[in-house]
Amino acid sequence: MIHFVLLISRQGKVRLTKWYSPYSQKERTKVIRELGGVILSRGPKLCNFVDWRGFKVVYKRYASLYFCMCIDQDDNELEVLEIIHHFVEILDRYFGSVCELDLIFNFHKAYYILDELLLAGELQESSKKTVARLIAAQDSLVETAKEQASSISNIIAQATK
Amino acid sequence: MIRAIRACKTAAEERAVVRKECAAIRAAINENDHDYRHRNLAKLMFIHMLGYPTHFGQMECLKLIASAGFPEKRIGYLGLMLLLDERQEVLMLVTNSLKQDLNHSNQYIVGLALCALGNISSAEMARDLAPDVERLLQFRDPNTRKKAALCSIRIIKKVPDLAENFMYPASSLLKEKHHGVLITGVQLCTDLCKVSSEALEYFRENCIEGLVKTLRDIANSPYSPEYDMAGITDPFLHIRLLKLLRLLGQGDADASDCMTDILAQVASRTESNKNAGNAILYECVQTIMSIEDNGGLRVLAINILGRFLSNRDNNIRYVGLNMLMKAIVVDAKAIQRHRATILECVKDSDASIQKRALELVYLLVNESNVKPLTKELIEYLEVSDQEFKGDITAKICSLIEKFSPEKIWYIDQMLKVLSEAGNFVKDEVWHALIVVISNASDLHGYTVRALYRAFRASTEQESLVRVAVWCIGEYGDMLVNNVGMLDIEEPITVTESDAVDAIEVAIKHHRLDLTTKAMALIALFKLSTRFPACSERIKDIIFQNKRSLVLELQQRSIEFNCILQKYQNIRSALVERMPVLDEATLSGRKAGSLATTVSTSTIAPCNLPNGVAEPAAAPIGDLLDLSSDDVPAPISSGGDFLQDLLAIDLSPASAPSSGTSLPPKAGTDVLLDLLSIGTPSPGESSPSALDMSSSTQDNKALLANLNGLASLSLLPANATSPESSAGAMGLLDVFDPNPQKRDENGPAYPSIVAYESNSLRMTFNFSKQPGDPQTTFIQATFTNRSPNVYDDFLFQAAVPKFLQLQLDPASSNILPASGNGSITQNLKVTNTQHGKKPLAMRIRIAYKVNDEDVLEQGQINNFPSDL
Repeated sequence: MIHFVLLISRQGKVRLTKWYSPYSQKERTKVIRELGGVILSRGPKLCNFVDWRGFKVVYKRYASLYFCMCIDQDDNELEVLEIIHHFVEILDRYFGSVCELDLIFNFHKAYYILDELLLAGELQESSKKTVARLIAAQDSLVETAKEQASSISNIIAQATK
Repeated sequence: MIRAIRACKTAAEERAVVRKECAAIRAAINENDHDYRHRNLAKLMFIHMLGYPTHFGQMECLKLIASAGFPEKRIGYLGLMLLLDERQEVLMLVTNSLKQDLNHSNQYIVGLALCALGNISSAEMARDLAPDVERLLQFRDPNTRKKAALCSIRIIKKVPDLAENFMYPASSLLKEKHHGVLITGVQLCTDLCKVSSEALEYFRENCIEGLVKTLRDIANSPYSPEYDMAGITDPFLHIRLLKLLRLLGQGDADASDCMTDILAQVASRTESNKNAGNAILYECVQTIMSIEDNGGLRVLAINILGRFLSNRDNNIRYVGLNMLMKAIVVDAKAIQRHRATILECVKDSDASIQKRALELVYLLVNESNVKPLTKELIEYLEVSDQEFKGDITAKICSLIEKFSPEKIWYIDQMLKVLSEAGNFVKDEVWHALIVVISNASDLHGYTVRALYRAFRASTEQESLVRVAVWCIGEYGDMLVNNVGMLDIEEPITVTESDAVDAIEVAIKHHRLDLTTKAMALIALFKLSTRFPACSERIKDIIFQNKRSLVLELQQRSIEFNCILQKYQNIRSALVERMPVLDEATLSGRKAGSLATTVSTSTIAPCNLPNGVAEPAAAPIGDLLDLSSDDVPAPISSGGDFLQDLLAIDLSPASAPSSGTSLPPKAGTDVLLDLLSIGTPSPGESSPSALDMSSSTQDNKALLANLNGLASLSLLPANATSPESSAGAMGLLDVFDPNPQKRDENGPAYPSIVAYESNSLRMTFNFSKQPGDPQTTFIQATFTNRSPNVYDDFLFQAAVPKFLQLQLDPASSNILPASGNGSITQNLKVTNTQHGKKPLAMRIRIAYKVNDEDVLEQGQINNFPSDL
């Protein structure tokens, strides 16, 4: 099972965190600091796995962002790499060649996507299309709700004129 | 806001912006602002991600969740998952909203609720909402079904009792066509199998064929763009299916049989040039290794691993090593073939791979290959990174200890390790080495010469220096005279002054620590008799250290100096070679057992007579020798070691002597000082000495041992040395005067039966501290000879005015019947008119027999006259 997902920028800034196992706020900051130190200092050609407190952390760097996932000792590291890649591809499709700034300003969207991909620390969907479809459907729901709200307020505004 | 935060150049600026935002959000919350609530929460989440406290927003989440619209709910749930975790009480409040949303008509809202539940559900929530989730497993929309399946995983992990409810719905998920549902269904089954053996049995019986068929279909399926990953259809599903099959096949031959074909197919036909393919192969190998034995498949699997190991990609090598570690249990021989590759991996530049490979090598070593492998490792030690050296040294040392075929090899290898990475060697390791050296009597000469050579070459490695110094001190004569030359050695000529030079270097070297220097000092002291020609120089060096700022060194050198100057007659006995250290006790200590009462055969016999009758100087010398030599060890490894040491060396001796003698307090100080135990300062140790002597029969191991130790060395002349603060003087005086006076001690006062009635008997044992004739310590022992138990036993005593009495608490207040036990109580009586008046005492004893109070009184007049 995946215990947490971290996105860290090259400067060590946190861009996204998702915790599937209970960690207190204090532990979270500690974990982020520790792992940030370990992972950012590793060279480019080394393997993508780090042993850490009896868990394994799989990380991969895409442009300036490190995607890290912490898994159990007997999980399949190569598969997790694949999951990370999967996530990145979906983000890419959604934002259209995603960059760090997209994730900063639309961090909630990144979370929605992650929620469609992973749940309870397990993979939920292996098809990029399905994830994209689900997100699009929910986005349109939000849009219609907003339009309704604005049209109602327009009506109210007109009526009160 | 995000822009504002990003614009901040310093952390302080950022904090200011965040504070302002938080204040605004708080204000908005207080005003109950509906329109901006979701925006505020979004801001809060961002602030949370930056690591600022956001607990004040938690209630906002709940409000948003409770509102009707989808956008509000969406952001509310997101906030819930981010800002809260399962341990917060607030979470209880959300259960009701969750329940409503799980039954909502909009499937997306149901999805949101499931998602939140799956990510942060606590055990109580899991219990409350399990029926709803179970129902949703059969929901018409596949996306909801898959979410419900994963949610169920969380639920059964939190509350394993609920597993059986999910068994049947889970098995129906396995027949799905939709990949998302299939993946989650398989995952749910896997987790069910882990928590419930019942589920495991059920799936084994009903689902194996279906699963094998699904796997075959997916492995053979033509290209499908939706699920394609690097040319393979849905590797995730592959992997999950393999995982479930592994669980089902483990320990069940029939089930394993069912899946061999498909496993062979997957193992042989999966493309291995992409990561996805390798992931599947990796999983497949794991499955093959875990299911019931099938030789052919195993060969296939090991071959795949061999390919992994030779792969250029570090990731693949890493998992290959990982896998080998598991496979070693199954098929150690096949792995030995890859030894060379694995050794290569130890030398890899990647720390993760190094670590794995080293662990693997450690597992690979056995009696037959220990020599070449250790050689390789030690060679590598020379070039490895600093931070990796600690790990690798520890591993090498334990390998050498575990598999060493012969002593000379052991010593050789340890020397190499010490000179390469002595600073990383743990204390136990070099202690063990010294024991081995001391046991290998034919190698003493060889060892000391080798150490001397290594020491000349470098003094950088602390533990090498320690071992070398110890050996030169012990076997310095062999070093000079080339005793016990082995054929393989190159002859070297070392003069006496060369050896002394070496030790002097160790003492003066500024980088070496106190323990080492103290050891060097002792070694020097020992050399003073081994090399009579150099003794003047040695004296000088010791003399210089008398002014050392370090207390330990100063004290030692003063003590040694005294011995050198005043006590030539006993010096040679004092510095005799140490008796052979016992390997059995060392290993016993390693095992952590403190029960070292079994005495070491070499030392016990010579100590025993010492405690009883003969004031032989030589054995005492031996003993001191032994103790003082081992002092550095206790210092470095803490109190246990010391206790052990005392227990080992002295327990046989203490038994006979402890009851009879009274160690003078100054003497104890001296001894403690000489032993350099370090902690008890003279002031502190005197009360403890008193304690010891008053409770001599209190057989607490350590006390008794210390006591015995003290009495041992001081028996010959306990009447002397009233209180000398210059420790060494006191101790050494001990050897000077004739030891006859000893007899006045101990048995001089016979114990008396102080009181005796029909059923109760009280005996007194006396003891005194020399130098303080007025004070008598009395130990009263009560025995009950009646068939009834005495409860609430209380002893009271009164004395005339010229006496002072102090009563310690009794050992118990229940006196067992028929003499099956006794109560002891200690009294301290000070006779202010010592010599003129004898002791006298009135006593009263109260107790209960069968709930009836009994009182006995009496007077004691039969005290020995000179108390």
